[in-house]
Amino acid sequence: MDSWRGNLRVFWTLFTPGTFWLLVFFLIPLAGLFQDSFSDKISITETAFTGTFANYVRAFDTVYLTIIWKSIWISAVATAFCLLLAYPIAFGICFAPARWKPLLLLLVILPFWINLLIRTYALIAVFRSQGYLNLVLGWIGLGPFEMLYNNGAVIMGLVYVYMPFMVLPLYATIERLDRSFLEASLDLGGSQVQTFFKVTLPLTMPGIITGIILVFIPCLGSFLTPDMLGGANAIMIGNVIERQFKAANDYPFGSALSFLLMYVTFGALALRAYFASRSKGVDV
Amino acid sequence: MAEAIVSLRNVTKTFPGGVKAVDDVSFDIAQNEFFALLGPSGCGKTTLLRMISGLETPTSGQIVIGGEDMALTPPNKRPTNMVFQSYAVFPHMTVADNVAYGLKVTGVPAEETKRRVGEALEMVKLTHLAARKPDQMSGGQRQRVALARALVKRPKVLLLDEPLSALDAKLRDEMRLELTRLQENVGITFIIVTHDQDEALSMASRIAVMDKGAVQQIATPSELYEQPTSRFIADFIGKVNLINAKVVSSTAKKIVCDAKGLGKIELPHTGSPTGDIAIAIRPEKLKIAGSPPKAAKTIAAEGKVRDVAYYGDTSHVVVRCKDDLELAVNVQNDKRAGGSGVERGQKVWIHWAPEDTLVLTE
Ligand SMILES: Nc1ncnc2c1ncn2[C@@H]1O[C@H](COP(=O)(O)OP(=O)(O)O)[C@@H](O)[C@H]1O
Ligand SMILES: [Mg+2]
Repeated sequence: MDSWRGNLRVFWTLFTPGTFWLLVFFLIPLAGLFQDSFSDKISITETAFTGTFANYVRAFDTVYLTIIWKSIWISAVATAFCLLLAYPIAFGICFAPARWKPLLLLLVILPFWINLLIRTYALIAVFRSQGYLNLVLGWIGLGPFEMLYNNGAVIMGLVYVYMPFMVLPLYATIERLDRSFLEASLDLGGSQVQTFFKVTLPLTMPGIITGIILVFIPCLGSFLTPDMLGGANAIMIGNVIERQFKAANDYPFGSALSFLLMYVTFGALALRAYFASRSKGVDV
Repeated sequence: MAEAIVSLRNVTKTFPGGVKAVDDVSFDIAQNEFFALLGPSGCGKTTLLRMISGLETPTSGQIVIGGEDMALTPPNKRPTNMVFQSYAVFPHMTVADNVAYGLKVTGVPAEETKRRVGEALEMVKLTHLAARKPDQMSGGQRQRVALARALVKRPKVLLLDEPLSALDAKLRDEMRLELTRLQENVGITFIIVTHDQDEALSMASRIAVMDKGAVQQIATPSELYEQPTSRFIADFIGKVNLINAKVVSSTAKKIVCDAKGLGKIELPHTGSPTGDIAIAIRPEKLKIAGSPPKAAKTIAAEGKVRDVAYYGDTSHVVVRCKDDLELAVNVQNDKRAGGSGVERGQKVWIHWAPEDTLVLTE
């Protein structure tokens, strides 16, 4: 199986486009940003590389630390809700009759086919103070409630947007879980609850961790959802970064914040690798 | 028979989609039996076993275990434990944790759990592997874990689904002996599912032969071999020569029939069958001779040897007689010289005693 090594022309033909793509559209721009993060802003549009750490020092200002911290906990809460909702959904799909499965999975991924902006406006239409939900609640004499423009609305929006990323890896893991493990637990005298916590949950842990990573990371960097559903104080780190690059036109500081966010992400991935190497369950 | 520990009454299972996996099955299993469910693949053995364990619910009929109707008892409350065909040893637990699982979840005190797990591991000779994870073990070892995990619960009935099918031939013979020994030692009723007749014959005290969801015959291994009640069973258990025949006349104790290739023969048989029947003779009951037999009552046929297969202790000879009747004969190679003593193409006489012949009406 090392014929591709021997045939260099084939090797380079296959190897070049991918490498070119990675280099030109990912690594080079990233390197540019990395350099920017150590630069000074010298005019409205220009930056000069000085090797300064000022941007990073500024990022550790309490204002930004608070926002980073808030982004982390909003993402964590959203991820937790995703997990709590997605686990029963994934379980339900796995145990549904075979002919229903494709349709149910389609329903899970269907929202992907609609633009995020449109979906978010649809959410607003449902939840705003003169929205459909308040209209219905009004019929039974409740409300109207103010449900948008706060942290809760951001969390709800994130859960809504990223739910499929949780359902799919969970589905893949539960589907591959040998049912006879669950049956053995029941047969040995375990109740349904004991079976879930002592057998099902540990054996599907790799799927859970994959799902958490897949939801938590994009939540952390999201800016559209907090921008549209959050109030003035529901701002997340993604919004701050976006503002640096656009309104404030401060590339160096925006780059520094971006790299900090990336390091948090790397930390989360390292945690996943650590758990994956320890767990003996069904891998995804 | 001793008191029944398991009673099945008209148990039927129809799966959604219409497959009737088990069809109106009724029988009793006595305390302390080593009972085998034997039948070709897909005949409903596993489904029946799973209904006894509670993992599957009968569509109709009743299952009584230890005198109690199990209709509303979930699997975790039944006095049965199962050794799964795939073993289903929990991959995220050590061997000891696997064996302890069933005791922990039912609240057995820690001290007692520890002692019983130790005993169970000793019983299956796995004490030295107690701290291992299942993925570091062979199939045979994992099976022992599954066995210990079930036995440590001291069930009234142990259910085993094809316990030997995944093992290699040598291990299978060892495990066969060990299972019978284990069953004698622990004094628990074993119900074993198998599609392998040798397994069932050599281990079980009683066998239920199943076909297409229904029980065909329940008998001891030797009864099943020597007195099968139907062509299906005669054919399924061991090798047999099945010959079509027509009843000519019958009295209370014997019948005369016209058999293919043999002509009119007289056989001892009670009951007075009429019309088409089959007669069956086991290959080891047939004798080969160079000349016609002298004894008057012997059934005999002349033929030509078509095949000789040498198996060391025996040779399997196929002889072609009149009307294309082919008879399989097992010859004991009880002399060092000469093997079976016959060669392909040789003219021989086959003969056997009428009382070794079975008359099958079904
Ligand atoms: N869960 C199920 N759903 C539908 N059909 C099933 C199911 N389990 C078994 N069957 C069918 O029932 C029949 C008997 O199966 P099984 O009891 O596993 O046979 P055996 O163990 O004797 O090989 C087979 O035709 C099989 O396809
Ligand atoms: Mg089976």
